[in-house]
Amino acid sequence: MIDVLFFAELQEAVGQEKVSLQIEGITVKDLKTKWLAEYELDNIDDAMVAVNEEYAQEDTVLASGDVIAFIPPVSGG
Amino acid sequence: MEKNFWITNEAIEINDVVNKVVRPEAGAVNTFIGTVREFTKGKRTLYLEYQAYASMAEKKLEEIGREIDQKWGDAKTAIAHRTGRLDISDIAVVIAVSTPHRKDAFEASRYAIERIKEMVPIWKKENWEDGTLWIGDQKETKSYKENTPIGEDHTND
Repeated sequence: MIDVLFFAELQEAVGQEKVSLQIEGITVKDLKTKWLAEYELDNIDDAMVAVNEEYAQEDTVLASGDVIAFIPPVSGG
Repeated sequence: MEKNFWITNEAIEINDVVNKVVRPEAGAVNTFIGTVREFTKGKRTLYLEYQAYASMAEKKLEEIGREIDQKWGDAKTAIAHRTGRLDISDIAVVIAVSTPHRKDAFEASRYAIERIKEMVPIWKKENWEDGTLWIGDQKETKSYKENTPIGEDHTND
């Protein structure tokens, strides 16, 4: 199982902070295009990706227990 | 362990941050205090809401501290960022850097706020009189390479 976290505009679009999925061995890109397609997140390609709290590339393969976060353009400060 | 980088839902006490970096070796303590601005390009903000991926944000703030160590050598950094609803003039972020000499403290605190705006997972939602919007600073001024943070390109917003 993996946990997918959403923030800011993506969180509002999904309607929840976290989605848990019974999948592993897929890439971040597959997660976006296949598993999250139902949410129709227009801006997800603008988001950075973090796996287990470190920025990661789209070809990162996800393992069971991973926490994936989609990070829209940040605006702290 | 002493925590020098933190995300909080409470008001930030400036001296709590400053006191983290005061030390005998320092000849300068520079602070940056980010506050909520009422008017941006003529548009009136009523209040802001800040959201953070707190656990990762604290790690990334620590990383900025390490970058400052590498760039300026003998520097000590502390950063606190607030989340939740902030009204006009409320403090959103406090950065304190101490160094033996003033030039490094000025430069390093400037560096810290620019890096926060590039890669620390914190977001602000503007609440105007006529609507709301999650702001993404980079979206207008910068692009991401391969969906990871861009490098140290400091533009002023």
